[in-house]
Amino acid sequence: MEYLDLIFQETYKILFLLVPVLVSVAMIVWLDRRVWAFVQKRQGPNVVGPFGLLQSLADALKYIFKEIIIPASSNKIIFILAPIITMTLALIAWAVIPFGVGQVLADINVGILYIFAVSSLGVYGIIMGGWASNSKYPFLGSIRSAAQMVSYEVSIGIIIINVLLCVGSLNLSDIVLAQKDMWFVIPLFPMFIIFFISALAETNRPPFDLPEAEAELVAGYQTEYSGMMYAMFWLGEYANILLMCALGSILFLGGWLSPIELYPFNLIPGALWLIFKILFLFILFALVKAIVPRYRYDQLMRLGWKIFLPLSLTYVVLTASYLFYFNLLPTN
Amino acid sequence: MKISRFLKTIFMTDFIGGLFIAIKEFFKSKKTINYPFEKGKISPRFRGEHALRRYPNGEERCIACKLCEAVCPAQAITIESSQREDGSRKTTRYDIDMMKCIYCGLCEESCPVDAIVQGPNFEFSTETREELYYTKEKLLDNGDRWENILAANIKSDNPYR
Repeated sequence: MEYLDLIFQETYKILFLLVPVLVSVAMIVWLDRRVWAFVQKRQGPNVVGPFGLLQSLADALKYIFKEIIIPASSNKIIFILAPIITMTLALIAWAVIPFGVGQVLADINVGILYIFAVSSLGVYGIIMGGWASNSKYPFLGSIRSAAQMVSYEVSIGIIIINVLLCVGSLNLSDIVLAQKDMWFVIPLFPMFIIFFISALAETNRPPFDLPEAEAELVAGYQTEYSGMMYAMFWLGEYANILLMCALGSILFLGGWLSPIELYPFNLIPGALWLIFKILFLFILFALVKAIVPRYRYDQLMRLGWKIFLPLSLTYVVLTASYLFYFNLLPTN
Repeated sequence: MKISRFLKTIFMTDFIGGLFIAIKEFFKSKKTINYPFEKGKISPRFRGEHALRRYPNGEERCIACKLCEAVCPAQAITIESSQREDGSRKTTRYDIDMMKCIYCGLCEESCPVDAIVQGPNFEFSTETREELYYTKEKLLDNGDRWENILAANIKSDNPYR
């Protein structure tokens, strides 16, 4: 009986996290399109619901009622599994994101490692989708995507090491609490910029959306997908973007902490601060999408391996020597 | 030269400048309109859906001279005519195949009595091809419906013809 109670409790908690995340993914798609349109002086989606807020819902309904076409020569099991894996992996990473003191689904003490592992697995969904389609454009797109995500994960990993050196813990709540005096964006500002750009590449956002470069690869690994399966890739992609924004705000922008510990600011609950920070980062994502042209593939690789990797490695050495010299290394 | 370029790259000056331009454009007024709810301004010369006009006393303007049929580059117009009891020549059939029509406006130009005109309406899409085969009744009906705007358009365009 106690066991059942525990299961119900956990399910309740998971739903309490999952439903808001899915709803905000739908809203964020709308926000993305809207910001993009506004920068280009267009109206953007504004018909369905107030300000077009329900546009994503209408799109989702359309996708649900569309026919799912499975290519005859595809590997059917893997073909169907690929979008499911992409979306699941994008969603399970949210388990360790803390929204306040103790407000976290799984308070594991290797949270950052868990997120890193899960987001690395995300590339499998794309590779499987591209390979199982048994078609040239999805295959080329998925190969590009795999190479791109692997290269930028290296620099993201080293950037995270920078943060971990200052914190001394892999727990995400500890990382946030370590920023009580100063957000890490101030001492680690160059790392924040590189993290932001690597996050763009990691989530296949423009200017690094080479896996789905329309002019070259039709729609990349999504070419053969239709209906709800396409929508699941879409959802997974945006959930990943949201996750990267959340990670950025936890690692560098102080997570749920308010910017100043003063009267009107500390009344706002921590979860709201985190949401503000995620939104800020996401609007930056959307603005970047509107202003930059797409990178060439060799430029992308050069940026990842020859610029970001040495830069972040140098910064690790700098951070470590600084902390060691002034005896600031975290003790626990 | 090389150093300045290096600094430019390191501090991403171009990128940040672009970002500020994007933010500036974000708050500017929009250049697009909410189409089905508001519509853009249309010139009096706009060549939209066809209409056959009448004289104020209700008499058809068309005298079945067949100039429009002859000039039509897409051969979309079909006219048959006969003499009426009062001795005037009138059309018995005036069909325009709107799917053949290329909306060049030559029929309107060639008409000596301003009978066939192209109005401001461009929202006449249909679900079947048959509905786009306009007969004389349909065209006359269009003319009656749009007469006020058509007359005003022809009047305002008159000095330039």
